[in-house]
Amino acid sequence: MAQGKENPPAAKPLGEMEVAVSRILRIGVLTSTVVIAFGLLLLFLRDGLAVAHVSQVLHAPPTAPAYPVSPGELLRESVRGNPAAIIALGLVLLIATPVLRVAASVFLFLREGDRLYAGITLFVLVVLLLSFVLGEAGV
Amino acid sequence: MSGIAFVLVTFLSSVLAGIVGALLGLGGGVVMVPVLTLFLGVHIYYAIGASIVSVIATSSGAAVAYVRDRLTNLRVGMLLEMATTTGAIAGALLIGIVNPRWLFVIFGLVLLYSAVQMFQKRKEELPLPIEPDGFTRRFRLRGSYYDQALGREVTYEPTHVAFAFPAMFGAGLISGLLGIGSGAFKVLAMDLIMRLPIKVSSATSNFMIGVTAAASAGIYFLRGYIEPFVAAPVALGVLVGAFLGTRIMVRIRGVALRYLFVPVLAILALEMLARGIWG
Repeated sequence: MAQGKENPPAAKPLGEMEVAVSRILRIGVLTSTVVIAFGLLLLFLRDGLAVAHVSQVLHAPPTAPAYPVSPGELLRESVRGNPAAIIALGLVLLIATPVLRVAASVFLFLREGDRLYAGITLFVLVVLLLSFVLGEAGV
Repeated sequence: MSGIAFVLVTFLSSVLAGIVGALLGLGGGVVMVPVLTLFLGVHIYYAIGASIVSVIATSSGAAVAYVRDRLTNLRVGMLLEMATTTGAIAGALLIGIVNPRWLFVIFGLVLLYSAVQMFQKRKEELPLPIEPDGFTRRFRLRGSYYDQALGREVTYEPTHVAFAFPAMFGAGLISGLLGIGSGAFKVLAMDLIMRLPIKVSSATSNFMIGVTAAASAGIYFLRGYIEPFVAAPVALGVLVGAFLGTRIMVRIRGVALRYLFVPVLAILALEMLARGIWG
């Protein structure tokens, strides 16, 4: 903490911060890529090259999600080897990555002793979580 | 169309969307929605769901490199995200209250005007150096990065940040309300108002669009708009494309980016005007 005060923050680029944020994003992107690719591969292995449901489903508006939406059910179905659930799980990881990045940044700014930006980032996180709550209530 | 052909076409067009998105700080919806709806006949709801996945994949995929290369200004991004996220909520609350047709027309005209302004700036590689104002100093927004194409370190000072706030609120508002165009408006606000180098504007917009989109993605997921069979090749293709886009970005000049930007802005503007006028 005391070390951060020695250099004027304006002149020094956020070296450590950038490495940490980049790493969080890379882990999120790689994990979701592997999970989505695995699910897609499983879908082809199971249904064969035809994958008949493509034409039937995609031209009509959605009636119900093709995957379980509750987190517990999504995990159970994924473990059971349901390709749609595995892909959906990978997509959830992908969607969660920017949110995790914001949450982690609050702590990263705090660790650097930067309360102003920790506060700014916390504000963004709260608004983001509020939008999830509002979204769910509005469905 | 067989399943494998569908996946291949979707994957390849997503690679293109990822490249364009990573270069211009957009989500790639400008490529994905027409390909999916017009060419592949996918229902518009699934196309919107895939488009939001494409935004998030472009954002995170490109930011891995841009943040490390210091092209993304993290402080500018975080500060402006306050305005875009509140704008997105306001937009979502206004759905059903405000007639989107007028908004499409208004923002289409704003975009068209901005395209003209961007065209007039087409020869600008870097903004002229300026004295930092009080706001920039207080929030420590100065940044620098090593420009590989120019072969030197570039230092810059954002300006008029207080004016960029309402513009960013507007960008969030239309992405929440209309689900389109938020990346383009973010880049424009950073380029035309804050006078950041075009590469920094694009990379910082890229960083921000993922957060704005994540909020709506949760809702789309619950409603079943994110169909795994469409979204999987989109996500994988866009991630590959975003990675390629970041490699291209460091090698090309800012002016080349502007030449790519102007036609894309014009297409977006016309698309919005068309939706406003003909519904």
